[in-house]
This record gives sequence, C-alpha cells and structure tokens, in this order.
Amino acid sequence: MRPFDYQRPARAAEAVQAASANSMYHAGGTTVVDLMKLDVWRPDRLIDISGLSDTSYDFVQRKDGRLRIGALTRMSSLADNAMIRSDYPLLSDSLWLAASPQLRNMARLGGNVLQRTRCPYYRDTGYDQCNRRNPGSGCAALDGGVTRNHAVLGVSDQCIATYQGDWAQALIALDANVELLGKDGPRAIRFADLHRLPGDNPAQENNLRTGDLITAFSIPDKTWKRSKYLKIRDRESYAYALASAAVALDMEGDTVRDVRIGLGGVATVPWRASEAEAALKGQTLDEASATRAAQIAFSRAQGTQENAFKIKLGRETLVRALLETAQMEG
Amino acid sequence: MADNSKAAPAPKENMGQPIARYEARQKVMGGKIYSSDLPVPGKKAYAWMVTSTIAKGRVTGIDETAAKAVPGVLMIMTHKNRPALGDIASFLKGGMFVTDNNTLSGPTIEHEGQPVAMVVAETFEGAREAAHKLKVGYAAESPSATFESPGVTTRPMGEINPRYKPVKFKDAAAALAGSAHRVDAEYSTPIQHHNSMELYSTTAYWDDGKLVLHEPSQFVWGLRKGAAAQMKMDEDNVRVKSPFVGGAFGGKGAITVRTALAALAARQLKRPVELVATRAQGFTISGNRQETQHKISLGCDAQGKLTGYDHSMWEFTSRVTPYNNGGLDNCAAMYDFGAVSGQNYIVQGDRNVPNFMRSPAEVPNIYALESAMNELAAAANIDPVAFRKMNDTRVNVTNGAPYTSRSVNACWDAAAASFGWDKRNPEPGSMRDGDWLIGWGCAMATYPTQMAPSAAKIVLRKNGTALIEVAAHDVGTGCYTIAAQAAGERLGIDPSRITVQMGDSRLPPGPISGGSISTASVTSAICDGCDRLLTSLGLTADDAKASDSADRLAAALARSGRPVAEATGAWAPIGAPDDAIDRLYDGGLVFVGGAGEKRTMFAFGAEMVEVRINARTREIRVPRMVGAFAAGRIMNPRTAHSQYMGGMIWGMASALLEATEIDHKRARYTNDNIAEYHLAVNADIPDVDVIMVPEVDDEINILGVKGIGELSNVGTAAAITDAVWHATGKRVRDLPVTIDKII
Ligand SMILES: Cc1cc2nc3c(=O)[nH]c(=O)nc-3n(C[C@H](O)[C@H](O)[C@H](O)COP(=O)(O)OP(=O)(O)OC[C@H]3O[C@@H](n4cnc5c(N)ncnc54)[C@H](O)[C@@H]3O)c2cc1C
Ligand code: SF4
Repeated sequence: MRPFDYQRPARAAEAVQAASANSMYHAGGTTVVDLMKLDVWRPDRLIDISGLSDTSYDFVQRKDGRLRIGALTRMSSLADNAMIRSDYPLLSDSLWLAASPQLRNMARLGGNVLQRTRCPYYRDTGYDQCNRRNPGSGCAALDGGVTRNHAVLGVSDQCIATYQGDWAQALIALDANVELLGKDGPRAIRFADLHRLPGDNPAQENNLRTGDLITAFSIPDKTWKRSKYLKIRDRESYAYALASAAVALDMEGDTVRDVRIGLGGVATVPWRASEAEAALKGQTLDEASATRAAQIAFSRAQGTQENAFKIKLGRETLVRALLETAQMEG
Repeated sequence: MADNSKAAPAPKENMGQPIARYEARQKVMGGKIYSSDLPVPGKKAYAWMVTSTIAKGRVTGIDETAAKAVPGVLMIMTHKNRPALGDIASFLKGGMFVTDNNTLSGPTIEHEGQPVAMVVAETFEGAREAAHKLKVGYAAESPSATFESPGVTTRPMGEINPRYKPVKFKDAAAALAGSAHRVDAEYSTPIQHHNSMELYSTTAYWDDGKLVLHEPSQFVWGLRKGAAAQMKMDEDNVRVKSPFVGGAFGGKGAITVRTALAALAARQLKRPVELVATRAQGFTISGNRQETQHKISLGCDAQGKLTGYDHSMWEFTSRVTPYNNGGLDNCAAMYDFGAVSGQNYIVQGDRNVPNFMRSPAEVPNIYALESAMNELAAAANIDPVAFRKMNDTRVNVTNGAPYTSRSVNACWDAAAASFGWDKRNPEPGSMRDGDWLIGWGCAMATYPTQMAPSAAKIVLRKNGTALIEVAAHDVGTGCYTIAAQAAGERLGIDPSRITVQMGDSRLPPGPISGGSISTASVTSAICDGCDRLLTSLGLTADDAKASDSADRLAAALARSGRPVAEATGAWAPIGAPDDAIDRLYDGGLVFVGGAGEKRTMFAFGAEMVEVRINARTREIRVPRMVGAFAAGRIMNPRTAHSQYMGGMIWGMASALLEATEIDHKRARYTNDNIAEYHLAVNADIPDVDVIMVPEVDDEINILGVKGIGELSNVGTAAAITDAVWHATGKRVRDLPVTIDKII
C-alpha cells in the first residue's frame, strides 16, 4: 500500500469536487482496501463517502412508481429489509448469498456493484500479463493460465475475467437505473450501461466519468414476489458463483406474461439474457420451454477447457431457477 | 440452555472426564496467548519478505532506490548482503528444516514464492510499501509445474530414500490373475495447504548475545537446535517460546526460512523484529500436501475373500529437496490380503518443498485403498461393510506381526446402527428425494499409533497444588488440559489444582507435536514422573488412588521435610532405540509405531456419510456424517470429540472442496487466499455424529493411549466418493469432487 490522502467529506458535492483521475471513493472499503493492500490499486487520494450526511444515502423508498435504494445502504440491511424480502425476493436473496456476514455488514450497495473481478492474475502484480490491470500487457489467463472460474459470456480475446457480483444480476434483470452525481450535476443512466464489456480495452471497466458518485439505484416499482436468485457454487456459503440466475416471473396461470433473467458467475459483466426472456414470453413455462430459453441464453457462450462446464451448468442453473420460481406464490 | 452432551460426551469405559480446556475462555475472548502476542523488550521493527514471482530462473538485479526512499525503512536484505548462516538440512537428511537450502543464498530461483529479499521498517505498512517498491528483475525459464508437465523427473523412491523398500508379500500379480472379481483403477489427490488460522510468524530479539524466538512451533526443542546451528551459536543461547499454536496441522513442525531472516534482522538492528508471512506467502514457505496419483489393482474370490493387492503411488515433490511420504507398508497391513505388492515413485518439478500435513501418507493412500475396497465390494455385489468385516485381520499379513488391538468391527457396528446403514438400497441412483439424488457411502479410517520419547518434570507443593513442565505443544488440541488430567489421575490430585507449562524450549524436552504422538508420549512421561515422585515420598499408586489421596500426599511431603517434591520423568516407547532419551535431550527425532516388526499398532474408525446432489446443477451437500472410532484410552471425551469432529469436517472438505490450483505454465499457485482456497464453512456441516467406541490396549504405552488427531480425516474422502457414486452411478477418482466433474 502506498501513501495516499484521505478525506471524509460530509457533503456529496464536496466529494465529487475532490475527485480526480487518480482518486477513489471508499464506501465500505472491502474492495478498495483489499486491492490497495495488494498494490493493484494505487490511488493518491481516498475519498471516504461513508460519512456523507447532507441527505440520507441509506434508504429504501417507494415513490412515484419507483423503488429507490440509497447507494450507502449496507448489503446486510437491504438483504434484511422486510418489504424487499416479501416484494423483491431476488434483491434480498442475491445479497444474502453473497460474501460473508462481516463483509455484508461493511459493504455498501454503491461499492458492491463496482466490485472487481477475482481473476488471480488481476489481483497479483507479480504477473506481468493482465490487460485489465495493465493495458496492452496480454492476458495471463488466456495464455495458459488457470481459467476454471472465468467467464463464458461476453468474453473477448483480451480478457475473460468474470464479473463476480451477485446483486448486479438482480438489478440488471429489473431494469434498474443508477442515479449519479457528477462534476456536471446529477444524472441517471441505465444500470445496463454502467459496466463495459472487455472488448479491446478491458481496463476501461465502466462508463463512469471522473468524479461520478453513485447516489442511488432505482427500479420501476412493479412488485416481483415471484422472483429468486439461485447461486450455484462448490462451497455452500462464502463463495462466488460458478453460475447463478436472477429470475423474476409474472405469470398468468402457466403462461409467462413477463420474465426477467440475469446471469451471474458466467459473464464478464452483469448479464441480461434478453433473448431468452423473449423466447419465454407468452409461452407455457415448463421443462421444455425453460430448457429452450437456457439454450438461447448460452448460445453464444465460449469456454476454455477448464471452464466449459459453466455452459452446461449455467443452463441447468437457469432451468432450475425458472422452474423453482414458477413454484413460488405470486 | 445449550445441550453440551454432544460436545462433551459422558465418559464410557476407559475414558477420562470431559473437562473443558483450561484456556477455553481465553480463546473465545480473544486472549493474548499466541507467540506473536508475547511482550518483547524494546520497540519492534517489522519485516516483510519479498518473494519470487517466477518459479524457475534467476534474479538478474534488484533496484532498491524507490524502496529505500520509503520513510522508516531500516534495512533491505538480499542474497548480495545476507550475513553468513550455518548449513541446514531437511527432515530427509536428518535435519529439522523444510528445505536443504538456506534462504537468500544466491540468485537462483527454485520455486515461486522463494524469498528474494527482506525489507524491515519501523512500521508494518512501511515495510509492505517498500516491499512493493522493490524492483526485482528476473530471467525466467519454463518451469515444470506438476504431473504431466514437460521436464519433470520420475524416479522410484529407492533412488531418493535408501531406507525405502517396496512392499512385497507373495505374488500379487498371480493372485490378481486368479481373482473372480477385480478392480483396476487410478486415483489422484490434489495439492492442499494447511491454512491454519494463525499465520506463520516469528518475532526475534537478542538479549546479551542470546537469541529469543517467539514462534508458533510444533517442536520447540527442534527449532532451538536448528536455529542455533543455522545462526552458528550454542543451543543454550537460543530460547523458543510458543505457548499456544493457532493451528499447525504439520505446517509448523519443520523450520522455515522466516526464522533466520527475523533473527538476522534483529541482530543487525539490535531490536526485536517481527516477520509475518502473508497468507499467500504461507503457501510457499512452509510447504503443502503434495499431489499424488495411484494405480491400484485389487481382487477377491467369488465369496469376497481378498486375493491380491497391487498399489503404485506417485507423489509430486520439489527438485531440490525431495520430501516424500511413501507409506504403502501401512496400507499393506490393513486387511487380510492374500498377496501384496506396493511401489512408490517420486516426481520432481520446480516447486516449493512439500511438508507434513495432517495424516500425510494416510490421507492419499487410504483414500485410494478404501476407494478400491468400495469398488470391489460393489463389483462382487457385497455390502461394503460386510466386505470389510470378512477381510478383517488380527495381524499384519505381510510380516505376521499381531495388532496390539484392533476394534474396527465394533466401530462398523456402532456407526451402522447410528447411521441406519441397513436401510441402504445398494442400487446406485435408487435413493432419490425429489430433485435431490441421495447417496450413502462408507470407509474405514485408520492411523498408525506412534510415540516418541518424552521427559516431564513434576513439582508438588505444600498447598497441594502441582506443576507440570514439559516442552510439548498445544496446537489447539487441549494438550495442557490432558497433561493435567494425566498427572491428576496418577497423583490423586484434582486437575484444577495442577498448572501445566508447555511450549518453551527451557522446559524438559517433549516430543514433536506431529504424527499424533503428543498425548501418548507426554502422558507416559508424566506418569513416569508422577511414579518417581510418589516413590520419593514413600508412597505408592494405592495412596494416589485412595479417597484421601490429597491428605496422604500432604503428610508425606511434610514428613520429607522438603519444601516441594520434584521428580523428572523420562519415557521411551517400546521398540525405541536404547539411546532414545539421549536423542530426546539432543533435540533429535525418534518415532516408533505403526506397522512394526513385532507389533502392529493402529487406531481405527468407521465413517458413513450421506450426500445429496442436485439432479440438475449437481452441487454436492453432506447433510450427515457418522464416525465411530476406537483409539485406546480416551483421556478427555470433550477434546477427543473435537478432534474427531474437526477431522471428519476436514476429510469432507478434502473430498469436496480443498484444492490448491496451480498455473501449469508458470508453476504458481493461483488461489493462495482463503476466499478461493475452499475450507469448509459452517453451512457445509449440518450434522456430525461422533461415537467413541471403548478400547483397551495394555501394550502400547503406560496409559494405553493411541493418537487420534490424524485419525478421523482419513478415509472420509473415500466414503464421500462412494456416496457420490451411490447417488449418481458415477465414480469420480480424482479429488476433490467438484461440480465440473459430475455435471
Ligand atoms: C472475500 C470476499 C468474498 C466476497 N464474496 C462476494 C460474493 O460472494 N458475492 C458478491 O457479490 N460479492 C462478494 N464480495 C465483494 C463484496 O461484495 C464487495 O467487496 C463489496 O460489496 C464492495 O462494497 P464496498 O462498500 O466495500 O466498496 P468499496 O470497496 O468501498 O468500493 C468498491 C468500488 O466502488 C467504488 N465506489 C464505492 N461507492 C461508490 C459510489 N457511491 N459511487 C461511485 N463509486 C463508488 C470505489 O471507488 C471502488 O472502486 C466479496 C468480497 C470479498 C473480499
Ligand atoms: S482474464 Fe482479464 S483480468 Fe484476467 S488476466 Fe486476462 S486480462 Fe487480466
């Protein structure tokens, strides 16, 4: 860890103003401090936003047809919110199944969606090759490295690192927006536009501009009681997903009126399976239609020798999530 | 009220009281009891190791400019300026070190994670920052990472270890050829790391030319001897303190590079220096369980009687110091085999030196043997428990040496009754519950009963309290408590009135805390000391057993006119060399036990597990495990329960979760952290049923104690893979059984 300035402003505008190209926000710090200790990140200024108090950034609110969630809300607190548990189980499940109680108590939702990949070559500066960490240096994973946990969707020949967060899959499935405060004032973007595919430039991980502060997430407030987050992993708890599916269903009898699908553990960014959704809408939800949707969701998947199993696992996870969600009370 | 009856089972025949560990409260309250918590004179400086990011090649240059500029940096040590050290040797060469090569000896890189420099600074953070700023240049070569990598060398073990003999008993090939049923299968086990909660730390300081080391150690006398030789000084001028060890599992038995680095830095800076290897550095400085491969042929006749057993085993080790386990002679003693052949090979590559890890030889070897036993039972259409019982033996068939005791059948009966084994439908895939495939599996657990010489000093005071001193170690097992119990029983004193001191090289020598020898060896030395003490007071065992024992002790002490009564016991196990006690006092290693020439000494257990596997996504869960164990006298059913339970959990994790991943191109471990190196967590362990089966063994040592610390994690993996097969019809022979292997 290298020396850095530390600031703990009380007002969001101050935080934004203090931001520069090589500064970094610190919410719960569980990603930032981790990567700084590993010398992967070397910000010259940390702007600790956990004390912002000009208005509340820790809230859950239903207003004007939208569900809004403050960016400083703790993972554990949203997971445990009674309304969320009853009306949006997938938002709660995806947090309960993430990380550990200690981390969930520290981490804030704004930081959560910006967590970084666990690709071992990204996290260790002892490897020369990593396009994400060091643009143009190559990709150690693709050059004979260990890739069991890497992505099969949204990959490029420059990077195949998995986006390992869970909650983001629920957000993307529910058409969330991200509310930002930037150097030019407030604005909102689609959550789906927050992260960038690795493409030719994996180091450019998102579309935030210097200083952009996430202040809240908002979701069209359509209750999704029939929704679920299914996370499959070798270890029962405290492990990242090998494959996961965030599924929300709106059913009319056996027929799918609306369906939302987010896929985790398998893609380089939070992943919406829109084509699979389209294939299910208006159909009877059963083993056959769910299987077809899963085929579609992974039709462009591309595996390495070590992670190709994720294609099958991802499909099975989605089928199971769809069928189990259909069994829930609407 | 919490139900304590499970954690602290009531004693059965030949078991002591389930008293709580005396340090239990400190442990749960975060008490400062570990070696790095000990106070030191003066202000500590902090050392940070810089370790190699390549596995093979050379250091071409080290640019210290930026590192030196970090405020508070006190020194940077590299191979260019490292002060002289005495020669060291690994266990294989009769020494006490992980490796044969001293640290920072030159520019050559033999494995990833090898220290290339040490930075010492006023603060921990400063040392880390400077370490990150040190620019190390390398000339890298292509390393050989693991089995099947180009450039590895494979040799029969005899070429490395002259004492090694292949196992040969009658003609196994012929016996196999005539078998009615046979299994020919290959099994493999992965690299694993100890990952104790407590990291590998050393704090060193010098006091008037004498070196004091605060270091978690499984062998303080050995560490003292080794460090003294390495620092070229008199043993009496080195002291090691290790009052409690926060998990060791074999990783803290051999001496690592960090001890000398901390000692050198402290000498040069004239102040205490603390060096803590990071979690990732721990993966390469103290070794690991090496990966193994096995080829087994096992046959039986039409009735299920075993005929021939042929076992070849390959283990992966380092090029420079070829640590290895061998151990097929123990497998050969397990059943009534008609004929046996066993041969070991070692495969060397560009890796750090492996090390002992909880049941080093048994975990892989018995996994392979017990898996083959399960497969053969299925091939012969015999229940796997019945199959083992029909092939039970009272002697090691290969040399005729009788077992001193062997209660494995009683364990099978106890485990089966508790588990409900009779309800198992033998047909694979037949026990389904909705979307979950259910499988039941079993395997035998076993561990050689080993012992080493030990001394122990007993002091009886006028107020009726006593003190035990022995340089044994509490690695989290409850050794302090058991020592007090042993002395309490022998003298007729309540154990709460006995203080025990351990983990200090100034105390009378105890055994290395490895090979599950501590309880057997230490309690024997304590009994010997107590007997001498009683004799010196003119008392006998009858006085100690009397209900007024305390009064008799007090009266005898008063009669003696002495302020305290003291005696030092020294005990060596049967079969130990004549000079065993001298070697003990010389910090040397003497091990006796297992498959011996005259006696066969093992502890046994029977384990049964249920797995549930999702029919679609194939994750494997283990809702229940039952283990029944018989291991001679149980000193304390509470601490024993904890050992057995922990072992079964470990065994389960080693079957399903634990594996160190290695980059085949770069020979580097990639999941060197405990987020991605998957140890079992609470959610993985719903129900563990531990049954202690009473067993009496009068032959092995004074109290008839067998080691239990490494028993219950043996065999578990074979039980689990059998259950996976029973659930799915698929045999996975390559551990761990992760989702990708059964989807
Ligand atoms: C061992 C371990 C296991 C884990 N397991 C899981 C898991 O299973 N599933 C899972 O989903 N996650 C997992 N995580 C990741 C964890 O959830 C994230 O580290 C955490 O949510 C990040 O939140 P934070 O508040 O600590 O973020 P910080 O570390 O404070 O910040 C993270 C990033 O977001 C930026 N940032 C933070 N807040 C804002 C904001 N308001 N506006 C703009 N930028 C911001 C920071 O600058 C930084 O770049 C795990 C983490 C660890 C260490
Ligand atoms: S997969 Fe991406 S993050 Fe990993 S080494 Fe390649 S470029 Fe870096």
